[in-house]
Order: sequence, then C-alpha cells, then structure tokens
Amino acid sequence: MPPQTHPFLILQSIGKTFASGVTALDRVNLTVNEGDFMSLLGPSGCGKSTALRIIASLSQPTSGVVDWRGAALKQNDIGFVFQEPTLLPWASVYDNVWLPLRLRGVSRRDAGPQIAEVLERVHLTGFETAVPRELSGGMKMRVSIARGLVTRPRILLMDEPFAALDEITRFKLNNDLLELWAERGFTVIFVTHSVFESVFLSNRVTVMAARPGRVFDEVAVDAPYPRNQSFRTSPEYAALCRKTSDVLVGAINATAQDLEAADGVH
Amino acid sequence: MASTDRPARAAAFVVIDAEEARRERARRMERTGRWLLPLIIMAAAVYSWDRICVWNEIPQYILPRPGVVLATLIEDAGLLFSSLLVTLRITALSLALAVIGGVGLAVLFTQSRWIEMSLFPFAIVLQVTPIVAIFPLINIYVDDQTTKLLLCAWIVAFFPILSNTTLGLNSVDRNLIDYFKLNGATRWQTLWHLRLPAAMPYFLGGLKIAGGLALIGAVVAEFVAGAAGQSSGLASRIIEAGYRLNAPRLFAALILISLTGIVIFLALSWISHLVLHRWHESALKQEQ
Repeated sequence: MPPQTHPFLILQSIGKTFASGVTALDRVNLTVNEGDFMSLLGPSGCGKSTALRIIASLSQPTSGVVDWRGAALKQNDIGFVFQEPTLLPWASVYDNVWLPLRLRGVSRRDAGPQIAEVLERVHLTGFETAVPRELSGGMKMRVSIARGLVTRPRILLMDEPFAALDEITRFKLNNDLLELWAERGFTVIFVTHSVFESVFLSNRVTVMAARPGRVFDEVAVDAPYPRNQSFRTSPEYAALCRKTSDVLVGAINATAQDLEAADGVH
Repeated sequence: MASTDRPARAAAFVVIDAEEARRERARRMERTGRWLLPLIIMAAAVYSWDRICVWNEIPQYILPRPGVVLATLIEDAGLLFSSLLVTLRITALSLALAVIGGVGLAVLFTQSRWIEMSLFPFAIVLQVTPIVAIFPLINIYVDDQTTKLLLCAWIVAFFPILSNTTLGLNSVDRNLIDYFKLNGATRWQTLWHLRLPAAMPYFLGGLKIAGGLALIGAVVAEFVAGAAGQSSGLASRIIEAGYRLNAPRLFAALILISLTGIVIFLALSWISHLVLHRWHESALKQEQ
C-alpha cells in the first residue's frame, strides 16, 4: 500500500529528562503519515526506544505534545513488538496470540478465527499448541508479531524486533513484515540499529543523534514497493544505504562533538 | 516381514566413535548409580548397625537390631499408623493454611509496597523465633488441642511460601508488565494472567521446603504438647516409648516420621514437575 501524506501522528518538541538528570530526548519533532513505514535509526543512547515508549504512552514526556491529529485512538489501535519476543513462557502459541484479545474480554473460542488468520499470515499454522521454548528465535518473534497484529492495530510500534536474530531469519521476517504491511495498510514505526534493514523496509528513515537524543536528519527512501530479494542486490539499494550511512555517520560525529564540548565545559 | 524389520534393526546399531561410546557408557552408569549407590550404602549401614549390636552385645532397650525394629513396625502397625494419621492430618492442614496465608499475604504485598514494608518484618520475627519458645504462650492462649498444633506447624511452614511467592510475584519480565499496561489490563488481570503464573516456579520451590517444615512443626508441637500428655500423634508415641525404655518402638516411630517426610517431598516434587515440565528451565532435561 502506498503511504499517504495525511499526517497521523505529530510529536511536537518532545523532551524527556529522567529523575537521574539524564536527558534522553531534547525537542524531538516528528511527523508520521498514515500508512508510513518509518524507521528510527541511530546510535545507542539516542533515545529511540524512549521515543517509542512515549508514543505508546508507556512513558510520559517531560515537555512537548504527542498529537494524534484528532484520531480518537482506542486501545486496539496500537500494537507493540519488543526487542525480545516477550511471550508468556507457560502459554501455548495460541494462548499467547489470544492474550491481547483475552484482556479485552474476548473468549478463547470467539477469538479463534482471528487467531487462525493471523497465525496463517506469519506461517505458524500447526504450531498452536507449542510453548515458546519449543520454538526457534525466529518463530518466537513471529508469535510476537502475530500477537501485535491480532487486534488489527492502526499503528505498529516495533523496538528493534529482529536485532537478536541471524541474518537469514531476519531477511525472511523483513519480507514477511513488508507483505503484511502492504496487505493490511497499518502504520509502522520501526526502531533499529541497522542501516540496511531500515532502508530495505521503510519509506522514510529518521536518523537520530545521541546525548541528548534528537532528530538529526531524515532520509526519504523513494524506491517503490513491493521490495524483494532483487531490491536487496540492486544498485539503487546500495546507493540508498550509502546515503543513509553517511547521514548516520554525521549523527555519530555530532554526538562525539557534543561529548567533547561537554567535556570542555567540565 | 523380514524386509520391514531390517531398517529398524539397522537404526538400532548406529555406528558411533570411541569417545561417544565412552560418553554413552558413562551416562548409562550414572543413571544406574543414581539409585543403586544410595541403596548399597543404606544396606551396608543397616548391616553394620546389626553387626555392632551383635558384636558388642548391646541390650535391646539401648539399641535394638534392625530386624527387631522391623518386627515392631509390623506388630505395632495399628497403633503407630493411627498416630501417623493424626500427625499427617495436622501436617496437611497446616500446609494448606500456610499456602493460603503465604500466597494471600504475598499477593497483598505486591499490591502495595507500603503493606510489604510494614508487615514483612513481622513475618521475619515469626520465622526466626524458635517455635519451641513460642509454644508455651500458644498453650496459654489457645484451648483447643488441634488449633494449638495447627498454629505451631503453620508458623514454621508459612514463611518459605510467603518469601518465595513474594519474590516470584516481583520477578516478572518488565516488558510483559508494560505489554499488559499497553493493553489496558486491570490490576486483577495482571495478577491472574501474569504475576501468579510467573511466580509458580518460586511458589513450588517454597512449597517443597514448607512441606518438610510442616511435618517438623507438627512433630515439634506434638512433642511439647505431648510432654503434657495431651497428644496422640507420632511424637507422643516416641515420648511414651522413651519413658518405657521401649527402644524398638521408638525407632519404628522415628523411621515412620522420616519415611513420611520423604514421601511428602517426593509428592511435592512430582506436583512441581507436572506443573512446570513443559516450560520452566528447572524442570527441563538437559538436551543431549
């Protein structure tokens, strides 16, 4: 699905200072359009995850406004996928995917068709009764994604979901995620360390700098969808990766300068 | 028929190298040794006990021979087992109350840090004060014999359940707590669907300790109460046998208590295995 230009979520001058005095985010401005696949890319400590938690209302900003553009978001509208699969280890695949529906009062039987559909979409049909420890890392992540999508959210927040996986599994999950996104048309904010992953997946990459975390620059990835294996090996992809990488290096250097300046002050 | 047998037979004779063969032998020996060695040591100990009695001509009222103890166990079975039932009843009831009290209090603690900070020190005081020292007080304030014994065994048994369950309820993956928050889960839903199942391995660990302690608590309580001639449990049989210099019965009662403790431990371990074997690390077999 082609992303639209209709703004869906606007972060206005978001700041976050922890009680310890550490400033995680400083005047972050960000506009996410309906249907965007936006990556937040940056070095460790740049506040990517903090920004995601603020968007999910898991954390309150110290200053600034999270503006959903008048869309009255319901609980169902936000899906969240963590860096770890974060599943209930005692529950089966079926029950793990049922969890968000269960918390909304949907019975196990009534949730059946939705669960079956989403499990089929993430290629886990037949594994309903398995418990997480019987699954591989990639399969656990698929369960986590299925759980994130079973409520049909309008926006899916993903916090480095594939960072711990091997490259082959990551490529596979990247492809599957793009397919799901194209099919269902939700908006994604995807936090990652990886230039390659962000360019492959997103239509926009927002690069952040650290200490304090702020938006450094944005790269528009204007390659058309659907993207597949041939895109991965195309010169266009290589050029976009180089461009994004240059911006990221700029962000890292900016961080280093800030650190030196701070050292000078001390 | 012969042709279908062949692949199965071929699979049975997998060719392995010398190192793997040695490992397999070691594994097999360890499996056998695990039950055989304690049995051999036990048999040797009983045999030496018997020989020591014979060689030193020790009178039966000081140290009876194992055979005599066994004979007493069979002869006095009616008396001893009815006493065992009394002790078991107190043990089981106090363990049940310890589970209700320990888990209930642990849940209360996780609902409010203030409650935990206020009450936990009292639980520790109850735990560290020797039950034998508390019993005379209980004896003054409580009239009913069963209630006295129950209270005593409960005080000993409930602490491991309380402290383990509290630890378990607080050791939940922070991301899962966030996930529940994100999905608008109520306090009750978070407790029921997340905290309680997550605390299960800790609770069961506490239960295994509490099972043994409940028995010890019941026997100690009976001892103190039995000294006043008010109890009919196994401990009172021991005291009685002691007064009458009936060492064989004393030994028989002692063995019965030990066996009961072992059975309680095995039963609770089995329950723990049933609950955890599919998902918790502690219950998983090491993969080869």
